[in-house]
Amino acid sequence: MKIFKVYILLFVIAIGFNACSEEYLDIESEDPNSENFFNSQEDYESALVAAYDLLQSSYLNVMLGEIASDNTLAGGESATDVIGIQQIDDMIHTPVNDQLSDIWRWMFAGVNRANYIMEFQDKTDFPDKPRVLGETRFLRAYYYFELVKFFGDVPLVVDQRFLFGDQFEVDRTPKADVYAQIERDLIFAIDNLEYTTPDVGRATKGSAQALLGKVYLFQEKYPEAADVLDDLILSNEYSLVTDYSTIFENDNENNSESVFEIQYSDLEGAGFGCLQCSEGNVAVGFNGIRNYDGPEFESGFSFNVPTQEVFDLFEVADPRRDVAILDIDTFAAANGATFSIGFEHTGFYNRKYIARQGDLNTGDANLTNPNNYRAIRLADVYLMAAEAYNSGNLGDGQARTYLNTVRTRVNLPDVQLSGVALGDAIFLERRLELVGEGHHFFDLVRTGRAAVQIDGFVAGKHEVFPIPLEEILLSGNRWAQNPNY
Amino acid sequence: MNKFTLLLFYFVAFISYAQQGIVTGKVLEGTTGETLLGVTVQNVNAKTATTTDFDGVFSIAASTGDVLKFTFIGTVAQEYTVVNFEPITITMEEDVAALEEVVVIGYGTQAVREVTGAVSIVDSEVIENLKPTRVEQALQGQVPGVNVTSSSGSPGAGLNIRIRGISTNGDNRPLILVDGNIIEDLSVINPGDIESISVLKDATAGIYGVRAANGVVIITTKGGRKNQPLQLEFNSWGGFQETSRKLPSLNAQQYALIKNEAFANNGEAIPFTDISNLSNTNYQDEVFEDALILNNDFSVRGGTEKSKYAVGMAILAQDGIVGGQKSDFDRFTMRGNFDHKWTKNLEMKTGFLYSYTSNKGINDGGLGSVLFNALNMAPTIPVRDATGEFSLAEGLGNEVINPEAQLANTYNKNKVGKISGNFGLTYSFLDHFEATARIQANYSEAYGNNFNPRAFYGSGKVFNLTENVFSTYENYFSDYTYDAFIKYDNTFNDRHNLEATLGMSAFRTRGDFNGFTGFGNVSNDYNEVSIADADRVINGDENGARRFDQRLLSHFLRVQYDYQGKYLFSGVLRRDGSTIFGPENQFGFFPSASVGWIASEESFLKDNNFIDFLKVRASAGVIGNDRIPAFGYVSLLTGEGQYVFNDQIINGTAGGALSNPEIKWEEQYTTNIGLDMAFLSNKLNLTLDYFNRETKDLLLAPQVSGILGSGAPGSSAPFINGGDIRNKGLEFSVGYADQLTDDLSFNVSFNASTLDNEVLFVNNDNGFIEAGGFGVGQPPITRFEEGFTIGYFYGYQTDGIFQNAAEVAAHPSQIALGAEAQPGDFRYRDVNGDGAINLDDRVELGDPLPDYTMGLNLSVNYKNWDFQTYLYASIGNDMVRNYERNQPLTNLTTNVLNRWTGPGSTNSFPRVTTGATANQVFSDFFVEDASFLRAQNMQLGYTVNESALDNLKLSGLRVYASVNNAFTLTKYQGYDPSASSGDPLASGIDNGFYPVARTFLLGINAKF
Repeated sequence: MKIFKVYILLFVIAIGFNACSEEYLDIESEDPNSENFFNSQEDYESALVAAYDLLQSSYLNVMLGEIASDNTLAGGESATDVIGIQQIDDMIHTPVNDQLSDIWRWMFAGVNRANYIMEFQDKTDFPDKPRVLGETRFLRAYYYFELVKFFGDVPLVVDQRFLFGDQFEVDRTPKADVYAQIERDLIFAIDNLEYTTPDVGRATKGSAQALLGKVYLFQEKYPEAADVLDDLILSNEYSLVTDYSTIFENDNENNSESVFEIQYSDLEGAGFGCLQCSEGNVAVGFNGIRNYDGPEFESGFSFNVPTQEVFDLFEVADPRRDVAILDIDTFAAANGATFSIGFEHTGFYNRKYIARQGDLNTGDANLTNPNNYRAIRLADVYLMAAEAYNSGNLGDGQARTYLNTVRTRVNLPDVQLSGVALGDAIFLERRLELVGEGHHFFDLVRTGRAAVQIDGFVAGKHEVFPIPLEEILLSGNRWAQNPNY
Repeated sequence: MNKFTLLLFYFVAFISYAQQGIVTGKVLEGTTGETLLGVTVQNVNAKTATTTDFDGVFSIAASTGDVLKFTFIGTVAQEYTVVNFEPITITMEEDVAALEEVVVIGYGTQAVREVTGAVSIVDSEVIENLKPTRVEQALQGQVPGVNVTSSSGSPGAGLNIRIRGISTNGDNRPLILVDGNIIEDLSVINPGDIESISVLKDATAGIYGVRAANGVVIITTKGGRKNQPLQLEFNSWGGFQETSRKLPSLNAQQYALIKNEAFANNGEAIPFTDISNLSNTNYQDEVFEDALILNNDFSVRGGTEKSKYAVGMAILAQDGIVGGQKSDFDRFTMRGNFDHKWTKNLEMKTGFLYSYTSNKGINDGGLGSVLFNALNMAPTIPVRDATGEFSLAEGLGNEVINPEAQLANTYNKNKVGKISGNFGLTYSFLDHFEATARIQANYSEAYGNNFNPRAFYGSGKVFNLTENVFSTYENYFSDYTYDAFIKYDNTFNDRHNLEATLGMSAFRTRGDFNGFTGFGNVSNDYNEVSIADADRVINGDENGARRFDQRLLSHFLRVQYDYQGKYLFSGVLRRDGSTIFGPENQFGFFPSASVGWIASEESFLKDNNFIDFLKVRASAGVIGNDRIPAFGYVSLLTGEGQYVFNDQIINGTAGGALSNPEIKWEEQYTTNIGLDMAFLSNKLNLTLDYFNRETKDLLLAPQVSGILGSGAPGSSAPFINGGDIRNKGLEFSVGYADQLTDDLSFNVSFNASTLDNEVLFVNNDNGFIEAGGFGVGQPPITRFEEGFTIGYFYGYQTDGIFQNAAEVAAHPSQIALGAEAQPGDFRYRDVNGDGAINLDDRVELGDPLPDYTMGLNLSVNYKNWDFQTYLYASIGNDMVRNYERNQPLTNLTTNVLNRWTGPGSTNSFPRVTTGATANQVFSDFFVEDASFLRAQNMQLGYTVNESALDNLKLSGLRVYASVNNAFTLTKYQGYDPSASSGDPLASGIDNGFYPVARTFLLGINAKF
C-alpha cells in the first residue's frame, strides 16, 4: 500500500514537472527580429530612414575637414578640450584619437545600415523599390567616400551586414576597389533616382551626380568628372542663390543651390552621452561663440575658429568674407554683445555654422541646433567642374565659365587666366567660396598642396588619418597601420 | 480477617481506586513563569493524550505509577510519575538545543550549527539599534565580506550591496529574497519589519541557482509564534539630518586674489581690481539644510495552537539635506502574514506586502548637480541680485549655474506602488515525506513626471531653456516564482540523518514602459503644464524595447547527510534554463557540495572546559549567472534610426545591440574553507573564512570593431563571454558577550575582511577595456585589464613641479598632453623612458576597492540603561577627485592656497593660470586615499521598569536617543569617502557625491 502511494506521488510530481517543461522557455522577443523584417514597402522605407540617420553624425567629419586644414584652429576651452581635435589641428594626432574612432565607427554604422537593406533587397517587391534602393546605395557611397577620404584603404562589404566574428576575417580593401564600389553605387543611384523626391531631404539624382563627380575628381578621373557634373549643371534643376548671405541661414534650408543637404532639427533633445543620436547639428554648437550674450547669435564652445590668414585672403570687395567669418570683436563692439575668450582665440568665428537665435533650444541647446549642413552646393559643383576641365585639359574656356559663374554671383570680376594659373585661381576660389564647410583639408591633400600649406603636415603620412589603434586590435591585430603612424 | 487479609484488602482497594483517578494540573514556562497553552500531555502507559488550555490547565485520566509525558516545542520534555491525585504544577524548561538558531538555506531551514556554507546572520536587535531607513544599511559593518556603498546620500537613493567583491562586469547585486519573494528594490521594505537577515556568501547559495552568483540575502519578516498571546508593538522615532561634511571653499576675498593671480599669470587683465568690498556667499551653506526624518510603525503579532499571524504598518517621511522638500522621500508599507495548520498533515503559509513610495529628486550626481554648482559657483555672486531675482552665473563657463536657481526650477515626482504576495502549502505524508508548492508574485506600478521650466541661468548655459519640457512615465512590472519540491527526511540507526529535497522552480518577469515628453507648454507653472497642452509631444515608446518578458526554469536536488551530527555533508545539483541565452546554450548545470566536521562533538574534545564548539567546514561549487539583457543571441530591431524629412523627425527602424549567437552562462567557481568556534561557555565566538571565487566566461560587452556598426544610435556592443576575474580573501569575526554582574552586561564583536580582486583574462586583443570619464574631453581613466583590479585608475604620474625654466628644458616636452610646460606646472614622469611624454606614459594610479573592511560593534547594558555603537572602517580604497570644473572663474577648494607661486614655494600644487596647461590631465594628483573610519550609529537607551508599567497597561517601554553617521575619520577631501557610482568599471570617480546625512534621532518603543 505504501509503495502504491509513493507511485501516485511520483506520478503527480512528474505531471507537475512536465507542466513546466522546457517549452516554457521558448519565447520570442517582444521586439522585432532583424531577420524577419522587410515584409512591406513600409519596412524598407523605415530601414532607409535609419540608414540616413548616420549622416547627421558626419558633423564631426565637417569640423575636422576645416580644423585639420589651415583655415581654422581647434579652439575650444583649453588645450585639453577634446584633445583629439586639438591634436589633429596641430598635426600631432596618433592612432589613439577618440574623434577618429568616432568617425570610423559612425561611418561604418551607416554602411551597415545601408547594407542591411541591400541584404534583403530581393525579399519583397513594390513599385517604388528602385528609388528606395537608389537612395540606399547613394548613402552607402556617401559613407564609404567619407571613410576613404579619412582612412584610405578600408574593409569593404557589399550587400550584407558585417556580423560579429567577421571583423577577424575581413581585410582592408584597397582604396581603388572601394572607389570602384562607390562609383557603381552612385551610377545605380543616378539611374534609379529622379531630380525630385517625395520628401525634402532625400537624396536625388542630382545628389548622386554631384557626389560621383566629386569621387571622380578625388581619383583625378577628370573626363568622367566633367561629364557627370556637366549632366547635372545642364539639367537646370539647380540654380545659385542670388544673395550669398542668405545661403546658410536656417530659413533658407534646401534652397535652389542645395544639391545635397544633411537635415537637422531642434525638435528633439540630445546629450553628450550619445552625440551621434542628436537630431541637431552638433558642429554648430561646438563652433559657437564662447559664453556669448547679445543679439543674433547664441553661445557655443568656440571650436573651429578661422585664422587671420584665411580672413585676409578675401578681397576687400568680396561679400563672402563677412558671411563666412565673424569678426567677433567688431561685432560685439557694434552690438553691445559680450563673450569670453576660449583657447586659441583668433577673434574670428565660423559664421556659416555657428549657433543662431530663433531655434527652440531643446536641451542640451548646444547639441540641437537645427541648421542643415549644405553638403554639396551648386557652387561646389561649378568649381569641381571647372577644376575637371582645367586639370584634365578638357578646355580652360569651360573651366573659366564655371569659375566665373561662381564669382559673378558675388559681384567679383571674371578671371581671365588659363593653365596652371587658372587651376590655382579655381583652387583659391574653392577655398574662399567653401570656407567653413569642411572641404579644405581634403582639397589640399588631393591636390598635393597640404604639406606646403599646413604646419606640421608630413608628406607621406598625413594624407590619411591613422586607423584607430583599437580598431586594429579589435579586428585581430592583422591590419597594417597607415604609413608612418 | 487477619492482618494479611486486611492488608490485601487495602491493597486491592487502593489499586481499584487509583485506576479511576484524574490528574489535573498547570504547566508553566520555566523562565517567565507564564502559563503555557498547547502543551501535549501524554499518559505513556495508557496511551492517551491531551493538551493544556488557555490557562495552561490540563486533566488526564491516570493511575498511580503511570508516567505522564509533557512535551512542548522548544522545551525539554518532562516526565511525571503519578503518585496521587493532588493538582500538580509542571515547569517546562527551555531546550537550548532545540531553540538553537536556524537559518533559511533555500527550500528549507537548517540549524546554524550544522551549516556547512559561509552564512552570516544579522538579527532584529541589530536592525532595531541601527535604525536604518533602508535595509542595506543594516548590513554595513555587520557581516564580513559584505560591502555597502551609496551612489548618493539623497533620500530614497539606492545602495549597492557587494558580497565578496566585484565578480561580474555587469549587475553585481546579490539575490534578495523577502520571505521567499524576489525583491529587486529594497526601498520598499521597512527595516523595522525584519526578524533576521541571512547572507549566503559561498557556493552553497547555489541551491538558489542562477541569480545567486553574487550571493544571496535572505530577509525574514517578523511573524507570529505559535500560542503567542496577542502582542501590540509601537515604534516611533524622528529627528533631523544634517550634512556630514562641507568642503572648504574659497571665500570671496581668497577667491578674488587667486583669480587675479591666475589671470595675471596668463598676461590678462585682473578681474577683481578692488577686493576690499566683495559680496561673499558660501553656496554650500545655501544649499545644505537641516532636514526632518520621521518614522512610525505599528505591528500586531500572535498565534494559537494552529495559526500564527502578524500584521504591520509603517510610515517614513524624510526630507533631503540638499533641497529639503524638493528631494523628499515618503514610504508607506503594510504587511501581513498568516500561517495555519489545517490538519495534522497540511500547513499553509500566506503573506502580503504592500508599499507605496513617493520621492522627488534633485540633480545629484556629477557635472550639473546641485552640489557641483555649489562648489563651483563664484562666492562673489550673491544668490539674488538687486532686483530680487536669482543671480546669473556669468563668466563661469557653460555648465556652472546658480544652484539655488537650479533647485527652484527642479520639479519632479516619482511614485511606486507595489504589492507582493505569497501562498504556500506543505503536505506531510508517509512519515518522512513533505511536499511543498508555493507561489510568490509581485506587481508594481512606477509613475511620475519631470518638468524643466523655461529658464535663463546666464549666457551660454547648457541648461537654459527657451521652451519648457514636461515628461511623464508609467511603467508596469510583474513577476512570479513558482516552487514545488518534495523533501524526504529520515534517521537510520539513530545516527545517519538524511534529508533530500527534489524540486523545480519557474520564474517569470515582465515589464512594460510608457513615456511621453511634451515640449513647449504655454504655462511655465508645474501645476498647470501637461502633455496635452504641449506644443510637441514625443512618444518615448517609438524607439527601442518597451516591453520585456524573461523566464527561468530550474530543477534541483539537494542531499544533506550527517553522521551523529558530527560529520556533515551537503550536495546540490541544479539545472537552470534561462531565456537570456539562445536555444543551444539555454541550460546550465551547476553542482556544489560542502562538508563539515563538528570536532567538538568528538570524545576527545567533548569534556574539555575550554572549547565549547568547534566546526571546520569547506564548500566548493559552480553557480551560473545570466544577468545581461535578454535576447543577446539574436539581432533585434531596437536601435534608434531617426532622420529629418520635410523638417519633421521621422522614426525609422534600426538594429539595436549587436548579437552574439554564442553567448552562454557566466560561471563562478567558488571555494570556501571556514572555521567556527566558541569558547568560555559560549561567551567568545569566532568565525574564520577563506574564499576564492573565480568568475569564468564573464559576461561583458566590451568594445568591438567599429565595422560591425555598434557605433550607431541605439546600438551597442554584443555581450560576449569575455574574461575571468578572481576575488579572494579572508573573513574573520569574533564576538564576546558576558554578564559581569546582575546589573552589567556587555557584548562586543569585531569583524574584518580582506579582498583581493584581480582580472585574470580579458577576451579581446587590447587586453583591456576602458571606462570612466574625467574632466571634459579627456580619454577614459579606468580600466578592466589583465593582472589588475577591476576598474583601476590609469593616468600620468606627476614628479613634482617644475621650479624654473631650466628644469622645464631638461625634461621631455609635454606638448602631447595639451601644452608646453612652464615653471609652476606639473612635471610628468617619462615612465617608459622614451624621451617623450605621451599616452604611453600612463600607469596604474590606484583602485577604488578597499583592501580591508572592518566593523566593530559594542553594546553595554547597565541596569535600565543600554548603549550601543557601530563602527565601520574601509582601508585601501582610492577615489578620484572630479568635482572641480576649473573654468577661469569657477570657485575652488582652499587647497589652491598652497599653489606654486615661485621657485621653491611648493612641489605639490601647480600654479594658477587661465592659460593652457597640462595640469588638468588625469594624474595621481587627482587620486586620493579614501580610507575611512565611520561611526555609523551611537545610541543610548533607557528601559522603564516593568513594575512602573502596570498602570500603563504596557509590557515594555524603551526610550532612546541615537546619532547615525556621528563622525567619519578620513584623509579624503571630498564629501563622502564611502560613496561609489556602483558601476563596476568606474566606481571610484567622485563627481560631487551627495554625502550621507548625519542624523540625530529620538525614539520610543512600546509593547502592549
